[in-house]
Amino acid sequence: MKSLSNRQLQLLKLVVFVLAALPFLRLVYAVAQDNLGANPLEFITRNTGDWTLYFLCITLAVTPLRKLLSWHWLIRLRRMLGLYSFFYASLHFLTFLWFDHFFDISDMWRDIIKRPFITVGFIAFILLLPLAITSNNAMIRRLGGKQWQLLHRLIYLIVPLGVLHYFWMKAGKNLLLQPLIFAVIVGGLLSVRLYWRLQSKSTIT
Amino acid sequence: QKLAAMVNPAFVVMDKKTTYKDATSYNNFYEFGTDKADPAETAGSLKTRPWTITIEGEVKKPITLDIDSLLKLAPLEERVYRLRCVEGWSMVIPWIGYSLSNLLKKVEPTGNARFVEFISLADKRQMPGVNSRVLQWPYTEGLRMDEAMHPLSLLALGMYGEVLPNQNGAPVRLVVPWKYGFKSAKSIVKIRLTKDQPRTSWNLSAPDEYGFYSNVNPEVDHPRWSQASERRIGEDGFLSRKRKTLMFNGYSEVASLYSGMDLRKNY
Repeated sequence: MKSLSNRQLQLLKLVVFVLAALPFLRLVYAVAQDNLGANPLEFITRNTGDWTLYFLCITLAVTPLRKLLSWHWLIRLRRMLGLYSFFYASLHFLTFLWFDHFFDISDMWRDIIKRPFITVGFIAFILLLPLAITSNNAMIRRLGGKQWQLLHRLIYLIVPLGVLHYFWMKAGKNLLLQPLIFAVIVGGLLSVRLYWRLQSKSTIT
Repeated sequence: QKLAAMVNPAFVVMDKKTTYKDATSYNNFYEFGTDKADPAETAGSLKTRPWTITIEGEVKKPITLDIDSLLKLAPLEERVYRLRCVEGWSMVIPWIGYSLSNLLKKVEPTGNARFVEFISLADKRQMPGVNSRVLQWPYTEGLRMDEAMHPLSLLALGMYGEVLPNQNGAPVRLVVPWKYGFKSAKSIVKIRLTKDQPRTSWNLSAPDEYGFYSNVNPEVDHPRWSQASERRIGEDGFLSRKRKTLMFNGYSEVASLYSGMDLRKNY
């Protein structure tokens, strides 16, 4: 498992690509079958939001897992996982824009400024955009590795904002278990980075 | 189980009725879990007979009634009411029951009775959700006396021509159609008439989000979402815009109960 041949890696990429698309395909199938329960739009909104958070957590887990297990090939999957996070976030946002506001931008804008949990979610989505746009080799070359990496550190802000968005949405109804689980996972994934960083600093000096 | 009732045309809205399936599979009834699908799955464990309901407090004749006496207390009427949930969706449901005032008159409220408190069953053995701490149990709701005496305030024992399904608040619940749905307490075991305004479960849990009155009001937003429009379950599909929410859910006859009151403050 420590290293994979190119062929194995291509195959793995294909498998992950298909697996990551399954939640979307399941949703499309359920819409076609009219099988989303009494309030289909609520279901779609929550489902796409959930999958955005799942993929963000998975993407954040790549580096710690790679270090812990020395599975260096994992890094080759990270771009796809990140782009899938963006894909589900876009579906989530599109549901909001289309079915909550029917593309009435000023109506949507009022909603965004008025309600903190939507403000936070919207900011997280906007911050994802430059990351998605620069997720290709041409853009890495254009920006230069250092700049690109700096830009992509935005993810450390985006994911906590996403969790806060979820937390706030649930807060009024006291349903805090699920957001709490996300907070613990994301907290863990971020603190392990901080820990390594502090350690590497102390070994240098 | 069928329940016979005469349609009362004075209380029938013309909106298309929500399907029985949607009305019985998409429920907020936290005693059976917080997911909308939970009550339909877990409420089977609720034993609705024998069941008694006690009416006490500021009354001359406190009383405990079983379901059979409740069914005979007044002629059963079928009424079709709009139901607007605070979450922004709505249904149209044919309830069976009679005005709550029939029951309240029977116990002869004293001059001190200014409010009515409704207390729901909270039995861990029958209601798995009561083990969770999402709300303070038992579920408690309340109305002002004049609201409770309004003919629209319905004591419901059935819906869609049948006795109430467990997930909809069997065997006896309140239906106050001009207020958000959570004001209509389910599976009631006790009604207390009181001098002071009772504490209510959702108000205790989030006072800035759920007021004591909680009248349907398109002009007063919930802190986390707009109340100006709503999605009618089963009808307002993907491609239709949400419909406008009506003041008092369209029951303008109750407006006089609140004359002179600032409904922004008393949300």
